[in-house]
Amino acid sequence: MSAPANTGPVSIEDARIAPKPPLRRFHQARWDEPLLFELGTPGTRGVAVPAPEVPLDDSLPEALRRKQAPGLPEMSQLHVLRHYLRLSQENLGVDLNIDVGQGTCTMKYSPKVNDRFVRDHRVSELHPLQDDSTVQGVLEVMYHLEKMLAEISGMDRVSLQPGAGSAAIYTNIAMIRAYFASRGELEQRDEVITTIFSHPSNAACAKTAGFKVITLYPDADGYPDIEALKAAVGPRTAALMITNPEDTGIFNSRIAEFVDIVHEAGGLCAYDQANANGILGITRARAAGFDMCHFNLHKTFSTPHACGGPAAGASGVSDKLVPFLPRPTVEFDGTRYYLDDDRPESVGKIRPFYGVVPNLVRAYAWVMSLGAEGLREVAEIAVLNNNYLMKKILEIRGVSAPYAEGKRRIEQVRYSWEELHKDTGVHSEEIGVRAADFGTHYWTSHHPYVVPEPMTLEPTESYSRQDLDEYAAILAEVAREAYEDPETVRSAPHNSTIHQIRHETLDDPKTWAVTWRAYRRKILGQ
Amino acid sequence: MVNPVAGLGGRVGLKGSDGPDVQARARELGAVPRASERAAAALEELKARVGAAVVLTAAGPMGEDAVRAAGLEPDVRYTPDASDGPDRADASGTTAADTVAAARALARHVDLLLFAGGDGTARDVLDAVGASVPVLGVPTGVKMHSAVFGVGPRAAGEVAARVATTRAFTEAEVMDLDEEAVRSGRVSARLYGHLLVPDVPVRVQQRKVGSSAADPYAVGGIAAELAGRVGAGQLVLGPGGTTRAVAAALGVDVPVMGVNVLRDGRFFAADVNAAELLRLVTDDDWTGGTWIAVTPIGGQGFLLGRGNQQIAPEVLRAVGPDRLLAVATEAKLAALGGRPLLLDTGDPGLDGVLAGYRTVITGRGRTARYPVQGA
Repeated sequence: MSAPANTGPVSIEDARIAPKPPLRRFHQARWDEPLLFELGTPGTRGVAVPAPEVPLDDSLPEALRRKQAPGLPEMSQLHVLRHYLRLSQENLGVDLNIDVGQGTCTMKYSPKVNDRFVRDHRVSELHPLQDDSTVQGVLEVMYHLEKMLAEISGMDRVSLQPGAGSAAIYTNIAMIRAYFASRGELEQRDEVITTIFSHPSNAACAKTAGFKVITLYPDADGYPDIEALKAAVGPRTAALMITNPEDTGIFNSRIAEFVDIVHEAGGLCAYDQANANGILGITRARAAGFDMCHFNLHKTFSTPHACGGPAAGASGVSDKLVPFLPRPTVEFDGTRYYLDDDRPESVGKIRPFYGVVPNLVRAYAWVMSLGAEGLREVAEIAVLNNNYLMKKILEIRGVSAPYAEGKRRIEQVRYSWEELHKDTGVHSEEIGVRAADFGTHYWTSHHPYVVPEPMTLEPTESYSRQDLDEYAAILAEVAREAYEDPETVRSAPHNSTIHQIRHETLDDPKTWAVTWRAYRRKILGQ
Repeated sequence: MVNPVAGLGGRVGLKGSDGPDVQARARELGAVPRASERAAAALEELKARVGAAVVLTAAGPMGEDAVRAAGLEPDVRYTPDASDGPDRADASGTTAADTVAAARALARHVDLLLFAGGDGTARDVLDAVGASVPVLGVPTGVKMHSAVFGVGPRAAGEVAARVATTRAFTEAEVMDLDEEAVRSGRVSARLYGHLLVPDVPVRVQQRKVGSSAADPYAVGGIAAELAGRVGAGQLVLGPGGTTRAVAAALGVDVPVMGVNVLRDGRFFAADVNAAELLRLVTDDDWTGGTWIAVTPIGGQGFLLGRGNQQIAPEVLRAVGPDRLLAVATEAKLAALGGRPLLLDTGDPGLDGVLAGYRTVITGRGRTARYPVQGA
């Protein structure tokens, strides 16, 4: 694999005499904290729950009644609070570190003021089964957010129902399937084309929906191979599902040609816009001819991520696919907003009710606070930040940016530590763990692991030049250590909470334990 | 300089040609030396690009014959000492010592030492001349792990011609593959040293990267897809870690380097050579259909003609181009960095038929369309 030459590599001798960069001193709290279930003391109580006013035996069906009390830990409120505060101190939260290392996740600042809207009782105390007439405000927000996302993407309608990015990708393939079924072509069109650097959910969702998947690889210049696409399309093609810019940060400027080739073969084109942060307000899915697209509101539109409070996705479609949108849709008749469940060709529900409403409110507030010009400025700063950081990172010995050599990237870069690994034996993952000793981290790569010793960085618009300088200095310091004192890197972390994780226990269903019950059975042997 | 016995073990399934015993066994099995022929192809390409030239070389099958075959004028600077054995003049008796001596004799006088051979020859050249002169290998061995060879004979000639105008060189790895270990089922290559080669990356064969086929989920998917396509048919399984793992996923244990044959999902024949294979794929008594599954060499991208010469052109023609199935993990394909898969069956016409965008099976219901071209 070719890689651009580093500009001005630092030799070991140079690095030894160079002053250490002014790195922040950091030491994370490390509590010897047992699991919550191991903390309970029988008889301790957190809340005195009032006795039921009617006997439960009469109101609960037999099948729902417990035969014995649940095995919950018995704890006081203080002890529960203390337990979780300690755990929170053992985390590297998004607001605590320079979170540019979670590439492809678009870790931008989620404005706290938007949380206040969500916590307001007018949002937090709504119930999804309330009558439309009592939730006009939130329906209005959803209606207008849909209009704004349609404008941003160029699509005709948008569904806000998907719970996150992969749910939105699944929504799109479900609509593709419904579209061809309605035309009697589903049996014939059983192939979906994607690229190796598109998000793997595109291939996964297509397979889940019953399609065969054909993957295109980069050509010698690092762009998706358009000749391979021409060889792959045909009467069996149902769709192209493609991310652009790809997870390498490389923008395929021939994307409209890709779309034309698939359209000529009778297929649909779905644009995975999980990586939209660098093109927001600059180009639109519709401009390249796409039939549908999706956004991750928890990435580009600032709402918290899946593990940090539920995510949210949005699927946009052109007119011919509108009948297949998930139901219900949010409509406006000129006087009132209402939910339309009477959609016979709809793919049905992707998740219960209407979507992750708190995040829709946050995304609405974020777009309204920026306006059209502000959205474009977000993209411009994100691209500028990324290319500034890329220049600094490529000055570090042992790192490269494979594919599309010498070309600029959009909003992120998948780097490779292959050279450093060959020189020192230190792996990318070990460098990332050592970075935790400096109060930050990074993420390597999606499956499949195609870039050797990968590292994916995405600085977004939220981070200042000083932040990026500090982050690059941390990686430069760890790289220097790898060359001079690799054992320090390999045995990391030293100042952080978590020690080496045994991956095999996470990879093997026989040993992973995500519940207390599974932990007791698989780990404790009880 | 030609190592006349390089590649002798290929089509007869011996995984290498190191040492007189193996060479003798290869000849018993009907192996025909092809090194001189391939060296001549490289020289023809050189001649087409630079015109008439004097080529310093070693006597007879060690180079002189190939130079004459290419229509160039030989200037013989090394002759094996005939007093060492009666069979030396016909090349069957040349040894590694001759390679070293010839390389030394030529190196002092040339801009580029073009040698025809495999990994063993490359190691001998390294021992003889080190980095004192740029070298380039014409690939004629069985399986070449070193990064000092042109991707094919003609590509080697093309690169050699460029040296006349572009004098850019780079160090490239010479690998040491333990052939004994390979015969016993293990592939283990270690770095032997570096030679100086012309810096023309696309045309110089990349070093083999250890197979990433260990991913059991990917390989299981490939196996399932393959089983679905082949059904109860006859499956010729090329050598390699991926194909071996695929066989294991199908419940069949096969050696890592040989060409093996399955019928109706069950083991049928192990480690077959080209003649045996041709008999099996043209077996009139077998009516279940025949497929060939091969995996590219990681890092180099060779699909045919490296390490699987037993799957000879006549075998491929008998089975048909549509029934040649390529299998690889996604990571293995991506590690090629956009370089095509390569063919060097020894039959350029067949390479042309097999070239183009081919389907590569990467998992259950998952394929890639990937460029394949003649080396």
